[in-house]
Amino acid sequence: MTGALRRTSAILLRQVYLLRGSVARFLPLFAWVAVDMVLWGFITRYLNTVSHAGFDFVPTLLGAVLLWDFFARVMQGVTTAFLEDVWSRNFLNLFATPLSTGEYVAGLVASSLATSVIGLGVMLGLATAVFGLSFFSYGLALVPFLLTLLVFGLALGIAASGLVLWLGPASEWFIWPIPALAAPFAGVFYPVATLPRWMQLVSRALPPAPVFEGLRAIVAGQPVPATALLVGGVLSLAYFALACHVFAWIHRRAIRVGLIARYSAENVG
Amino acid sequence: MPSAPPAPAVLAVSDLHKAYDTLVAVDGVSFQVGRNEIVGLLGPNGAGKTTIINMILGVLEPTAGAIAVEGLDARARRREALARTNFSAVYAPLPGNLTVAQNLRVFGLLYGVSNLDARIGTLLAEFDLDRLRDTKCGVLSSGEQTRVTLAKAFLNRPMLLLLDEPTASLDPAAARDIRRRIVAYAAADGVGVLWTSHNMYEVAEVCHRVLFLSRGRILLEGDPKQLPAAHGQQTLEDLFIAVAREPLAVRSAG
Repeated sequence: MTGALRRTSAILLRQVYLLRGSVARFLPLFAWVAVDMVLWGFITRYLNTVSHAGFDFVPTLLGAVLLWDFFARVMQGVTTAFLEDVWSRNFLNLFATPLSTGEYVAGLVASSLATSVIGLGVMLGLATAVFGLSFFSYGLALVPFLLTLLVFGLALGIAASGLVLWLGPASEWFIWPIPALAAPFAGVFYPVATLPRWMQLVSRALPPAPVFEGLRAIVAGQPVPATALLVGGVLSLAYFALACHVFAWIHRRAIRVGLIARYSAENVG
Repeated sequence: MPSAPPAPAVLAVSDLHKAYDTLVAVDGVSFQVGRNEIVGLLGPNGAGKTTIINMILGVLEPTAGAIAVEGLDARARRREALARTNFSAVYAPLPGNLTVAQNLRVFGLLYGVSNLDARIGTLLAEFDLDRLRDTKCGVLSSGEQTRVTLAKAFLNRPMLLLLDEPTASLDPAAARDIRRRIVAYAAADGVGVLWTSHNMYEVAEVCHRVLFLSRGRILLEGDPKQLPAAHGQQTLEDLFIAVAREPLAVRSAG
């Protein structure tokens, strides 16, 4: 194992230890998404019975909830792993080792991937077994859907972690509502065209918007908007690169002004 | 036959400055820690000791000056310099939500320790932590936590060991044991130790040389056994108090 891989795996291992040793940490990986699946599963079932139009809400609504929950889990997977270091005042110990900022972020990303896959598996299992959602009905488009949401979720998680590093531990409350704030603009449950003009402009800058437009297009039997999906994918990669740069910049600033040391030591004098 | 060039000092600090806007925390500090040398960094609260240690550890950027660990520029070759360094400080306990063994494993990976299982086993035995290996650090007593952070500090067999009040939470017997262990470690393999403490008896016992720091500057430097008499004081503690109260008077007397 190379040095960089070893240091990155240390960050992941720390998260594995925390999850393994704490029900309070392990349960939320799948409990809330499972509740969401059950709630929206029954809502879609009810809508199917009252709509009388022969329209199947399961792949549209339940599929959208599943993908959005996956995105939120990915983002929170990064921020939660980062916040563990905030809560345990571990920055001084961590960054006094040969660990680089890039390796640390890679460790947060790996932690998020591991936890998000668990959540995704539980959601898929429930949605398929109980409510008959077939992800195969989305075809190969599912791959870019998931990848775009994954990369954008990671980008938001890294940027949000940078925000907490910059503003201090109390600012963690800014980052929990981010997925809820983004959802109306991303057109998770309705076409972006439903939104007023200014909200549509914001939607264009959000990579998840073409994902949910594409999902609805497939369900309606229309071709996938490939160009929009490609733009969304490129945008999400650009946001990921930007988020990594922003985090590195905030980390360098924290080293310059003494924030890394003060996160652990009250006295830098 | 030409002799080999002398090995660089374990730690070389040159004209180090740190300022926060108008507040000057460290003001032109230069010193070295040689091989097999334990250097005491002394001074009242706020003198700049922890700021200097944080800059050596790379978690605080100097405003000016240079730091080299075994001849490696700590900024340009940060990873290599930090791989040769480790520290223990009362204000930096290891995460309380991991067990002793888990913490040592995580930090062992971060420091790239080879034969990690064996190294962890040795350190658990050396620091009397065997029975606590599966206990979460957060529920340990402060003395036990100090022993865990010291075990972490020895994980990578550092050439430069930075100790910020390493025995502050230990009972006298445990403190003496730890002091002996650190002195023995520094005596072998060309290791250098920078040690801060407010316990002047401890400093006089273990340090080969001390640096008195006040308001971000080194005021005095010398052998802790000879320095008090040279400045008209009976003990190192008397000298410490004099430096803390009247730094300018002590400097001019020197």
